[in-house]
Amino acid sequence: MSEMIEFLKGYEDYFGDWVWEMLIASLVTMELMLLSFILACALGLVIALMRISQFSVLSGLTKVYIGFFRGVPVLVILYWIYFAMPELGYKILLISSFTAAVLGLGIHGSAFLAEVFRSGIEALDHGQMEAALSLGMTPSQALRFIILPQAARVVLPPMANYSVGLLKETALCSIIAVPELMLRAKDVASSSFLPMHAFVLAAVFYYIMSFPMMRLAEHLEAKMAVGR
Amino acid sequence: MEFFDKLWEWAPEVFPFLIKASVVTLQVTAGSLALALVLGIFVAVARISSFKLLSYPALIYTDVMRGTPALVQLFIIYFGLSDLGLEFDPISAAIIGLGLNGAAYVGEIYRAGIVAIHRGQIEAALSLGMTPVRAMRYIILPQAVRIVLPPLTNYAILLVKDTAIISTIAAPEVMFEARRIVQATFMHSVSGQIYLMAALIYMAITLPMSYVAKRLERAKAAWH
Amino acid sequence: MEALVRIIDLHKNFGSLEVLKGISIEVTKGEKLTIIGPSGSGKTTLLRCVNYLEKPTSGHVYVDDKLIGEKKVNGRYVHLSDRELAKERAGIGFVFQRFNLFPHLTALDNVTVAPRRVLGMQVAEADEMAMEMLEKVGLAHKAGEYPERLSGGQQQRVAIARVLGMQPKLMLFDEATSALDPELIGEVLKVMRELAEEGRTMMIVTHEIQFAEEVSDRVIFMDEGRVIEEGPPKEIFSKPRHERTQTFLHQILER
Repeated sequence: MSEMIEFLKGYEDYFGDWVWEMLIASLVTMELMLLSFILACALGLVIALMRISQFSVLSGLTKVYIGFFRGVPVLVILYWIYFAMPELGYKILLISSFTAAVLGLGIHGSAFLAEVFRSGIEALDHGQMEAALSLGMTPSQALRFIILPQAARVVLPPMANYSVGLLKETALCSIIAVPELMLRAKDVASSSFLPMHAFVLAAVFYYIMSFPMMRLAEHLEAKMAVGR
Repeated sequence: MEFFDKLWEWAPEVFPFLIKASVVTLQVTAGSLALALVLGIFVAVARISSFKLLSYPALIYTDVMRGTPALVQLFIIYFGLSDLGLEFDPISAAIIGLGLNGAAYVGEIYRAGIVAIHRGQIEAALSLGMTPVRAMRYIILPQAVRIVLPPLTNYAILLVKDTAIISTIAAPEVMFEARRIVQATFMHSVSGQIYLMAALIYMAITLPMSYVAKRLERAKAAWH
Repeated sequence: MEALVRIIDLHKNFGSLEVLKGISIEVTKGEKLTIIGPSGSGKTTLLRCVNYLEKPTSGHVYVDDKLIGEKKVNGRYVHLSDRELAKERAGIGFVFQRFNLFPHLTALDNVTVAPRRVLGMQVAEADEMAMEMLEKVGLAHKAGEYPERLSGGQQQRVAIARVLGMQPKLMLFDEATSALDPELIGEVLKVMRELAEEGRTMMIVTHEIQFAEEVSDRVIFMDEGRVIEEGPPKEIFSKPRHERTQTFLHQILER
């Protein structure tokens, strides 16, 4: 118990500043997460539709895309976009670290989500579409009222889980100098020579951010499992 | 294309270094997986126990491990603990960090597996005169293993990819080695090719694992 | 009596497999036509061509004098757009072997979704109409239940109510009781019998010979994609002329 007190004493001089700085950095983290999530969803949906398309060329190419990005750590993708692409002569892509991070996380995530979306669409039994069409619905009406609501139920829990993972992935972006929470924690740790205190506080911030998302994911899983 | 010309040019020289580094990747993966598999049992048992004294801490542990980035946990163990006097070399810190993190995930997998087994199974076993231990051994565990194997394989694949983060604490694995080569030899112009090679190494490890995972999933589905 | 349904020289190939080899049938308004035959004879495919769930390889289908699935443009036949096809299907009711109820909607909503979204009915009106339909099939008390809580027989009856909600001129039954447990078949046949007595035009594919005898005006026996024999039930079931018909009836009545 006394060690706990000793430990907490270490925060004395820094707590106020740290909390403030980490709060600001957390905003960057959340912004990063949100933008990557949107990119991953949008791109993932497109990839999924291509994957299930009739054209074997499209289907085959996206199969490779998905296989590649799911088999490779997200860090490699981040390095590639931030360090390697400028070297390849794509000077137009002398992008900021933030943009590189969004692209990296988004593209990596799109491969995962594409598979989620694909199984969501394929999970639907053929007869549903036929029943809807037989009742006189157009394909787009059938999609809107019958197919997509059911697909959403399949797809939302994994998406919620993915967003939690995405939040944690933003910490990796500190390695390519994105001014988010982890980088702030590293800076603060090295300038104060109190790494333990700094990283524990950062962990608290991350936990606070991920807590609601984790509960949402659990709630969605429970709700969808009970069957409607 | 010029990109691929450079790739073929440098591959023979660079690949050997990366392959050597991948041994470290595999070592860390194996070590932390083993740790997670063992610790996970305790976590799972604690979580399903009826003693609040066991289940609550286990729940908090699991939630915190899953709610904070592995990178932060790693830094706490490597930099944080050394500040408090407990020093680890990068590889040990990596194994401990990823292992503790993994215990939470694996614990969840075990827990879900145990819970998935129909109550009726236990009741049937007991009514046939089996002791709880026998019931565990011959009825519950064999089924639990079947349920648990596919998610565990998937977790192992995630773990391989997660080992990339230990490059930040100077563990001599693939990412670290790739970066070292680029910087030490000033080969920035071929960094794209080098990181692509690193990516291919990871794929060479994860692709066969994915194949095994798919086979297991199919076997499990058929068994039901 | 005018023909409600006219099927003219219908051919359907699946790849190299010829499933329908030139079917021509007419169904008059109010007639109950039953189609029997061994599996693979093409009877389900035939039914599915009537509401264009399958595109015929050649031949034409007319329902209420309207060409189904195609239109004549400058003397050539051209496929209908999705919207035009949907309009035609709205007037034809199809009851599936596997019910195909929408699992994310209650029984009531299953019946109201098409009238509301396709016919533009208001919610209150649709709900009222749907309750009537569910009453008709004996399931008003299950209106708020989701399909997974209903037995097979109940699900199929909801499926029939769903079709009735669209006020179809023609009802197609594709082996409506084949996927049901024996003790549940009766409740569905009862509903079908009542619908027949109301004077509806029905095309029924079934294995339930006794039911077919009671309810049909005419029976058609199909085998290997062709109509082998047709006639009133009394004739077909007690004095079939063709050898193949006799063999089939023998096998099916042996059960």
